[in-house]
Amino acid sequence: MTMIKIKINNIEIEVEKGIMLLDAIKKTGYDVPTLCYYEDLEPSGACGICVVEVKGEPTLKRACCTPVDRDGLEIFTNTKRVRETRKRVLELILSDHPDDCLQCIRNGNCELQALAEKLGIRENHYEKIYVEKEKDVSSFSLVRDPVKCIKCGRCVQVCQEVQSVFAIEMINRGFDTVMGLPFEMGMGDSICTNCGQCSLVCPVGAIYEKSSESEVWEALNDPDKYVIVQEAPAIRVAIGEEFGMEPGTVTSGKMHTALKKLGFDKVFDTNFSADLTIMEEGTELINRVKKTLVDGNFRRLPVITSCSPGWIKYMETFFPNLIKNVSSCKSPQQMFGALAKTYFAEKEGIDPAKIVSVSIMPCTAKKFEANRPEMKDSGYKDVDYVLTTREFGRMIKEMGIDFPSLTSSDADAPMGEYTGAGTIFGATGGVMEAALRTGYELISGETLKAVDLKMVRGMEGIREAEIPIPKLPFPLKVAVAHGLGNAKKILTKVSEQIEKNGKSEYHFVEIMACPGGCVGGGGQPYGSTLKVKEERGEGLYKEDSEMLEHRKSHENEEVKQLYKEFLGEPNGEKSHHLLHTKYGKREKF
Amino acid sequence: MITEILEKYEAKRENLISILHDIQNADPQHYLSQDNIKRVTKFLNISLSEIFGVISFYTMFSTEPRGKYVIKICRSTVCHINGACNIIKKIKEKLGINVGETTKDGLWTLEEVECLGLCGMAPSMMINNNVYGNLTNEKIDSIFKEVKNGRYKNESYLGDKLLKREKQTLNVLENIGVIDPLNIDENMEKNGYKALEKAIKEMTPETVLEEVKRSGLKGRGGAGFPTGLKWSFTAPLKGEKYILCNADEGEPGTFKDRPLLEGDPHKVIEGILLAGYAIGASKGYIYIRGEYENAIGIIKKAIAQAQKKGLLGKNILGSDFSYEIDVKIGAGSYVVGEETAQIESLEGKRGNSRIKPPFPGTKGIHQIPTVVNNVETLANVPNIILKGADWFKGFGTERSSGTKIFVISGKAKNTGLVEVPFGITLRELIFDFAGGVRNDKKFKGALVGGAAGVFISEDLLDEKISYENFISKGLSFGSGAVKVLDEDVDIVDLLTNIMEFFTNESCGQCSPCRIGNKTILRLIKTGKWELIKQTAETMKEASLCALGQSPILPISTALKYFKEELVK
Repeated sequence: MTMIKIKINNIEIEVEKGIMLLDAIKKTGYDVPTLCYYEDLEPSGACGICVVEVKGEPTLKRACCTPVDRDGLEIFTNTKRVRETRKRVLELILSDHPDDCLQCIRNGNCELQALAEKLGIRENHYEKIYVEKEKDVSSFSLVRDPVKCIKCGRCVQVCQEVQSVFAIEMINRGFDTVMGLPFEMGMGDSICTNCGQCSLVCPVGAIYEKSSESEVWEALNDPDKYVIVQEAPAIRVAIGEEFGMEPGTVTSGKMHTALKKLGFDKVFDTNFSADLTIMEEGTELINRVKKTLVDGNFRRLPVITSCSPGWIKYMETFFPNLIKNVSSCKSPQQMFGALAKTYFAEKEGIDPAKIVSVSIMPCTAKKFEANRPEMKDSGYKDVDYVLTTREFGRMIKEMGIDFPSLTSSDADAPMGEYTGAGTIFGATGGVMEAALRTGYELISGETLKAVDLKMVRGMEGIREAEIPIPKLPFPLKVAVAHGLGNAKKILTKVSEQIEKNGKSEYHFVEIMACPGGCVGGGGQPYGSTLKVKEERGEGLYKEDSEMLEHRKSHENEEVKQLYKEFLGEPNGEKSHHLLHTKYGKREKF
Repeated sequence: MITEILEKYEAKRENLISILHDIQNADPQHYLSQDNIKRVTKFLNISLSEIFGVISFYTMFSTEPRGKYVIKICRSTVCHINGACNIIKKIKEKLGINVGETTKDGLWTLEEVECLGLCGMAPSMMINNNVYGNLTNEKIDSIFKEVKNGRYKNESYLGDKLLKREKQTLNVLENIGVIDPLNIDENMEKNGYKALEKAIKEMTPETVLEEVKRSGLKGRGGAGFPTGLKWSFTAPLKGEKYILCNADEGEPGTFKDRPLLEGDPHKVIEGILLAGYAIGASKGYIYIRGEYENAIGIIKKAIAQAQKKGLLGKNILGSDFSYEIDVKIGAGSYVVGEETAQIESLEGKRGNSRIKPPFPGTKGIHQIPTVVNNVETLANVPNIILKGADWFKGFGTERSSGTKIFVISGKAKNTGLVEVPFGITLRELIFDFAGGVRNDKKFKGALVGGAAGVFISEDLLDEKISYENFISKGLSFGSGAVKVLDEDVDIVDLLTNIMEFFTNESCGQCSPCRIGNKTILRLIKTGKWELIKQTAETMKEASLCALGQSPILPISTALKYFKEELVK
């Protein structure tokens, strides 16, 4: 590492050679406004807002993508020339953007709006130049409103570079450029996995979740409906951000209280069905491993997790060869939904037709999953409406609830209890760890003492570990990948191994479509950088280790009761009917 | 049909544009059908969105069925001031269709395109791959009849277009019109490949590079960067290296590389070889714009001839030096003349420019160090090596050595090429070589250096053209295009045409250029020149590549020299 001396606004500092001007400038206490820049993505230089003056250069330079490459560089971040250029560039961008901020879904958290405020835009020298374009509402999960698009390119970058999906791309050129799909195809008809990472990084209202708020309000206001709700693990460590709380603050109790105040008849918890998933998936894993040991056919190993619907659609499109490896378990959301209209309805004597099942998810793909035609094994749609964390936040605000000052309350029985294993589902590696905690004890019959399996935790894109389990003739070889780009890497390896040797080195693989796992889901609060995602994950591990009585799914009393009263045994007949599903190949081109 | 086409290619992304051309050319309706696109997607294993992103970027590709004859009529500056509008109107009336439409009988499609490099015969057009120039309403009638009767006629415009040949200093263009370009022996009789032989047998790569450095040769594509210096950044790098010959001549009013490619392809090939030898490259690429169909064919044949003679391939002339040259084709985009955009395009992608640094010299094609030089620059190298740097420095001025090809077009009496040493004046070029203004009209000024060029008024006619003098006066001669304007040319109309050009050709990736060009185009009608200038200045400061940085040049010089006409 070579250190060089440079001057920023006449302040001399020493910085590492090769870092970007933007990072060097931040060290001096000055701020450079940015628009297209996103800290987890490669700078694209698209917007032209972060320009600064570099002494000796004929034109201004972009701070985001100009490296500090020589000693004695002199940089000026706020000269008249710089400020006027930035304003003019922003005025051009604003001239190509409608002014319907007051009705826009991003009103109040729009990065373009914030920048206009920051740069003190009070007039625009340019008349509006934008062209009306049709909204794309073909997807269950996402709405694309191209007229709002400022062509920063973040959505395309995340779809291609991070997620390896390549559903969207820059189409056309010049002023007609759109971030779009081929042949004016709708997102709903495309290879889009609905992961929603595009909506998470969009600085404006050009791609956003397809909202179900009004449908849920209607159900809540309908006295004939019995409206129940479940909340995914990742919600409790993120919803606070919508109200100024730090990422990773555990707000499970406040979250339950808020939902009761919204008027839900029962407030359950998806963490309950996460524990249930472990019982089903863990049993499936054990059975498959045992079967392999007997018949020597290793082709159905590794078992690959199935909780992430973005991943499932990706798999059906890009890795249909692995369909038989993916666990047949429905996701916790769908397991919950199927039980709500059967087990719960029977138990409480409620007509399942009257039940409106709502879920609060960190995920836009869950909206698609809930609408998969096969997801109605109870005879009714398992889950009626899916709300993202962002929609949930908006509903709390609309109800005038001051979230941070709420008191805590528990979720309702008989589908509200959860263990630490259920809660860590929301972080990458969490499903793996939860499954290992239970699998270890079920296979060995011994108590797992060191419950924190830190070898599968972390933010590394792909993590591998070998877990020795008593009574198993070999250590369990596991892998964890988050973000579809990382999933692609590990699954290409698995596919090649199976193709070549008839078996893979892995026994169990956890895949989460979104970077960071569900805490980094496409429906989470804006500003979800990798750093924020990691902090949310830490919140979940904190709840697991410090705040809950049980930390292993098979110790969940309500889950035990469910098997005793209704399901029988894990992977039993009733489970297979209600809690398991099938996948099908999808066309890639 | 498509199976046969795909079989010809390796399944590599960099073949994408060539594959698409082949499919489109083979289709009777000259377009890319969805089914065919999907086949290519599968063949190359890339996503449908990516391939569509590429197709929608380049103007030569169409996803809509087109007629049997696709008319591409040039609308750029030179053709524009020579009455392209009237020709377009004539064709529209004749066929009963608008631009972008196809006649009901499926025979004709009419498209407007930017500069075809046929400015010496403006107004001009292409019908499928054949070129037609000096169009008049009467000529249109006869061309259409000929074409319809199956009698294609490709109009050549070489040789005779060297203005006052005997007065020129022909170093680069020496063989144009003299030799048969498709006969390598004729080139070799004129000292062709002698420089290569000398370099390989008598010189080290270092001494070749040193000679080019000492010659003072500067890039002839427009930027004027010292060629030897550029090479010296890449030469010391270890591992694989490439030369990329930029033959994407798209600057309106520029048609100097095309005659070289078509008239003396071996000189260009020899230049690419010498550059490769000097920097230790193993491969050269020539990126030729897709509209230059004739040049593409000639260069490909010439490469095959050189291979046969052992001048390309393994162990050239019995030495350790092995080298191959690959031809890559564009598909209708001006911005891919910019080196990083060209590399993207060559890799089979949209022609979006890359962020610099890293420069191509360290990370170029497929991230491999690549030296990018213009055709004319490389064609200068054989003589420099054969005759020496001192010989080369004997031409031109102190800091602008050698000769330069100037391209005279517009309202000049005679249009064509002039190769002369630096230090010449515009007056000599326009009034001596080109015979002054056509039809005895009054000289109004000149647009020098393409769309990204500057307006020059009469009082600058005696300025000596050299890098040092022009830079010190805030002028630029760019690629050497000189578009002569007579008293009838309306500067506002011409600026509008230039801004339409930039608007059509902006890649769209950075906001200052994407929105700025269109905004200026709109503002011209309002006459808000102060705002227009400020906008162009903002674009210069904040655009990612040279395209967005260019409009300030014609705008500020038009305001300087023709202010009364603009500000009414």
